[in-house]
Amino acid sequence: MTTEAAFDPGTAATRATDAILRDTLHGTARGVVVDSPPGAGKSTLVVRAALELADAGRPLMVVAQTNAQVDDLVVRLAVKNPELPVGRLHSSDADPYDKVLDELPSVRKSAKAAELAGLPVVISTAAKWAHVKVDEPWRHAIVDEAYQMRSDGLLAVAGLFERALFVGDPGQLDPFSIVGGEQWAGLSYDPSASAVSTLLAHNPELPQHRLPVSWRLPASAAPLVSDAFYPYTPFRSGTGHGDRRLSFAVPPDGSGTDRVIDEAAESGWGLLELPARHTPRTDPEAVLAVATVVRRLLDRGGAATSELSPDPASLTADRIAVGTAHRDQAAAVRAALAELGVADVTVDTANRLQGMEFDVTVILHPLSGRPDATAFHLETGRLCVLASRHRHACVVVCRAGVGDLLDAYPSTEPVQLGTLVKFPDGWEANHAVLAHLAEHRVPWRP
Amino acid sequence: MSLITTLARLEAVTTGRAQPTATVRHRHLSERPLVLVPLTTAGEAGAPLGALVGTDREAPRLLVVAQPRDRELRFAFLAELADVVLPYLDSYADVVEAAERSETDPETGKRVKVEVELCADAPQLIVPSRAGVDFVRLLGRSMRFRRTAEQDPETPYPAPARVPLLGRWLTHFGERSRVPGSSLLTAMTEVLGRHWATGQSSLEDQHLGAQLAWIAPPPGETGAQAALRAELARDAAGQLRCPPAGPATDPAFDNKLLAPAIERYDRARTALAAAEDGLQADDRLGALTAAEQEIRELVRSRTLPTWNKVWEGLDLLRALPEGAHVEERWTRDRWSFTGHRDRVVAGEPPQPRRDDAVTAANKLATREREQARLEAQEALDDPLVMAGRRLAGEAFAGEVVDVVMAYSESKRPSPRPLVTVRTDDRPHLGERAKVFRSLGGKPQAAEFVGRDGEEEDGLLVLRIVDKMGRGKEPEVGSVPEKGDRLCFTLFEHEQRGGAKLPDPEDTPWTHGGPPGEQAPEVPDSVTQEDVL
Repeated sequence: MTTEAAFDPGTAATRATDAILRDTLHGTARGVVVDSPPGAGKSTLVVRAALELADAGRPLMVVAQTNAQVDDLVVRLAVKNPELPVGRLHSSDADPYDKVLDELPSVRKSAKAAELAGLPVVISTAAKWAHVKVDEPWRHAIVDEAYQMRSDGLLAVAGLFERALFVGDPGQLDPFSIVGGEQWAGLSYDPSASAVSTLLAHNPELPQHRLPVSWRLPASAAPLVSDAFYPYTPFRSGTGHGDRRLSFAVPPDGSGTDRVIDEAAESGWGLLELPARHTPRTDPEAVLAVATVVRRLLDRGGAATSELSPDPASLTADRIAVGTAHRDQAAAVRAALAELGVADVTVDTANRLQGMEFDVTVILHPLSGRPDATAFHLETGRLCVLASRHRHACVVVCRAGVGDLLDAYPSTEPVQLGTLVKFPDGWEANHAVLAHLAEHRVPWRP
Repeated sequence: MSLITTLARLEAVTTGRAQPTATVRHRHLSERPLVLVPLTTAGEAGAPLGALVGTDREAPRLLVVAQPRDRELRFAFLAELADVVLPYLDSYADVVEAAERSETDPETGKRVKVEVELCADAPQLIVPSRAGVDFVRLLGRSMRFRRTAEQDPETPYPAPARVPLLGRWLTHFGERSRVPGSSLLTAMTEVLGRHWATGQSSLEDQHLGAQLAWIAPPPGETGAQAALRAELARDAAGQLRCPPAGPATDPAFDNKLLAPAIERYDRARTALAAAEDGLQADDRLGALTAAEQEIRELVRSRTLPTWNKVWEGLDLLRALPEGAHVEERWTRDRWSFTGHRDRVVAGEPPQPRRDDAVTAANKLATREREQARLEAQEALDDPLVMAGRRLAGEAFAGEVVDVVMAYSESKRPSPRPLVTVRTDDRPHLGERAKVFRSLGGKPQAAEFVGRDGEEEDGLLVLRIVDKMGRGKEPEVGSVPEKGDRLCFTLFEHEQRGGAKLPDPEDTPWTHGGPPGEQAPEVPDSVTQEDVL
């Protein structure tokens, strides 16, 4: 296959980035949309676009969705160009921004937009921008995580800029509303839809780009995530099969947890399968299994070798994350980890893990132990986020029988006229992931 | 479904009786509600078959469409409905009190207080079930664009003047019912479901008879038995003893009773039209009246049981004391009613078919705010609801075991007392999580500092951060004291207003730009199905 041999991830990514920057800086369209699969260098792109726009002397506002995302972008900008004055617009709550920003001399912080006027770059959350009033709109804006932004959020800030670059990951969790919005389903400006779907419905001629390479996902994960969640917009991993290695100093003790860790280290995926059973959400056995896997990952002295450095980096607690579907499950896992004496491991729900990156992730399957499969648990984005946070390996903890559960609960969400049906649906994506995981299954009886 | 609701449902199954999930009434109930029990024709969306309507439990007004496909009869029905509903609405529109509202001054652009009228009370429409709410919305949609002969002399089926007006009101009630916690238009099964957990699914709860059977089963019977009887029991003629609450009717009723009756009515009408002389016409008119009377009796027999059940439900709900924040939420319903009254009086056109981008976003924001407000207020008003939040880790109650005075590190130190609370609850407290307690009806915020001892000890250290006055010493009563029993929530008690969205004429390019001059809505075109 000649295309396989000819594909150089670095070149492909550069070509895509160049085209995006060309359209952003010199194009005539009012907007440019960039779809980015997990770990494809979205933040790098945003920072680079921001610096080039600032260089070109165009006042720029950056809209991100959470304060953590804003602070992260400010730090990245300051690292790339310590001279560039950056404004951090923040709320008037207590501790509105990360204290790290206080150490950056080029960053000016204020709760009032007027005090940041004239700075080349001003960054804030969509919620804060919505309260800003201007006489003269910004020449340019970058909207980060635009697929996570709701259409009504964009409506509130779109008057602030003339043109914008929209960057986001279409495979992640869709924005949601705590009240029903069915009455607007099918309208191009449905306020509970994502900002990008509204934008493109009204401006179909806007140039759309795609980042083709995931630098985060290893060669073992990119094909699965691409096939299961991005079947029509495939992407590749930036690294090859031999580029990353996970090894352990302590040999396995023969238990199921150690076997699944070795399986995941070897193949990138591991499924620790507990006996089939209907359980409460905070299934004590599954929670304990998750915690035990994390404990063993740390005890066995893991070392991760990757393209980033010639020497192996030790697998420490801050390089491991646990992902769950519900907050009470995360709380239960945190408690179980504390019981086992583990600290500093990130434990959170899919919603909060969006955009984060770790070496190894341990996830509690959203459908594990459930008697039914609701739309929430079937949501494509949820599984996609959980299955795409790792650089080396992902261990899935799950009760047996999810395949049967899926067959008993096909997607039954009503199809609304005028809405874009998202492919693949969660049902199909779940089956694809499950079929792949079955090859890396380690049965375990607690 | 929350854990406490699941538990309540399980308990209902084991005890055979619905379990209360609230100790107070969380929805407003009018002293004089207008109860509407509508029926629709099977297979004909939006073709009413009849209704029982009224404010007097003992004297409902029966409205019937003897031939539901006949548009003349349908309009006559809707006009009659308007004759009942509109005077009822008007009786609230005229009684007003003075109120203030802040508005943007068109000249200076500043927010100024304006004296306005606020209706002293508002009407309340009660339908049996959620499907009834949808039907009210559908009726509103089908009526509000109808043309009257006055507006358009050419229109083939002119509607009586009151019909479009009723359509606008029903549309308003239908939209308002989508706002969480509102009570202008209320479905009985929904309100009962808020206050009692039955041993059946929430889908089954939409059968008012079955739901009431669980809440108040007849002596000697369990809720499950009574509910099953309500759902399935049929008389010798094969008819349900407890007809569904509508608006859909039971197929056995449609096929065995209604269809033959309507056929007899049609035949009598045709015969009357073909009458050759006055004497014959008199006879045949008698037959027609008899046929019509028969249909009226059929409709009455299907709606009256539901009508009675709605009032029984009202009795049950009225026995509960009203929650503390219900009045406040009802005031917003009054504003909503007053607002629409003003729009009608000002001669504004009916609500458009579809919301524009800004209106839709504003409505969604309002509903999200009201939902959060409702959840917080219900918990604050009702210890049983708060218990559910505590069980879910979203609140905790306990006793203050220690208070240590401390101050903030600033030029003017403010009090930041450290309060240790012992609790048996297991709240999901993150690092520096904010918690709130109610202090004289206002939320006082505290910050979670950490645990004192092991998790099993249940000792939580909190730092109180506000509502202690401006001085160095906290105001009397503003700091918890040792021995106080307190309840802190992890959720906020009050909702912040959202950002102001652009005006519709400033809709940005991302959302299609300004919608342009609003063209008056054209009436619905007449389709083949309309003229049968």
